[in-house]
Amino acid sequence: MHSFGYRANALLTFSLTILALMCVIASVSDNFNTITPTATVKVLNINRFTKKSNGDDEVGVTLDISANLQSLFTWNTKQVFVFLAAEYSTPKNPLNQVSLWDGIIPVKEDAHFSIKTKNKYKFVDQGSNLRGRDFNLTLHWHVMPKTGKMFADKLVLPGFRLPEFYR
Amino acid sequence: MDWQGQKVAEQLMQIMLVVFAVAAFITGYVLGSFQLMLYVYAGGVLLTTLITIPNWPFFNRHPLKWLDPREAEKHPKPQVVASSVSKKKSNKK
Repeated sequence: MHSFGYRANALLTFSLTILALMCVIASVSDNFNTITPTATVKVLNINRFTKKSNGDDEVGVTLDISANLQSLFTWNTKQVFVFLAAEYSTPKNPLNQVSLWDGIIPVKEDAHFSIKTKNKYKFVDQGSNLRGRDFNLTLHWHVMPKTGKMFADKLVLPGFRLPEFYR
Repeated sequence: MDWQGQKVAEQLMQIMLVVFAVAAFITGYVLGSFQLMLYVYAGGVLLTTLITIPNWPFFNRHPLKWLDPREAEKHPKPQVVASSVSKKKSNKK
């Protein structure tokens, strides 16, 4: 504390250290949030179900996705990244996860939504295993914080089945 | 600033920053706004800067008594004998 510059330096480093500590505590406070997300997905139509020229199956679907993810938001949330994946198992792969749709929710108000959409990304199998296949549609979310740890979780919605024959 | 003032300035800086940090965090958490927490803290840092960094008079309440220059002339600084100093140094080696 002998000179102006000395005091200014001490204040600067101390204030920044305390700021870092505040951000850590803010991130820790996210653990106290109890989440109650809800979601339902309906397959409205299977628009396309063919075998491509390279031998892989491809499906085109129209989905009705409604969800309420408002409880995921805290004061330390920047945005929530949500995506819907089709999950199934085949003789070749025990678990296949194909992302069909995703979105970014920047504010809490937008987290209660209902949309009808075609699949944003292609639903293609490795091979030709999709006829009559049972699959789950799993809604995954990543809660991205302003500072600190990111939380990721999912909600499994089982009970979907692809047709026996190509359309 | 005098010695006492330096100590007071340092303590004041540390206490003020911690108090503002706690107040900012509680405000932000209760009102649910991360941005508000940062604004309150930034205001606190600015206030602390204004109070503890400049050389305010209240930091100089116990000023050091430097020797008056005319008094110093009457008592000249003793001359250091160079040979005895170098002997001491070689002994220490």
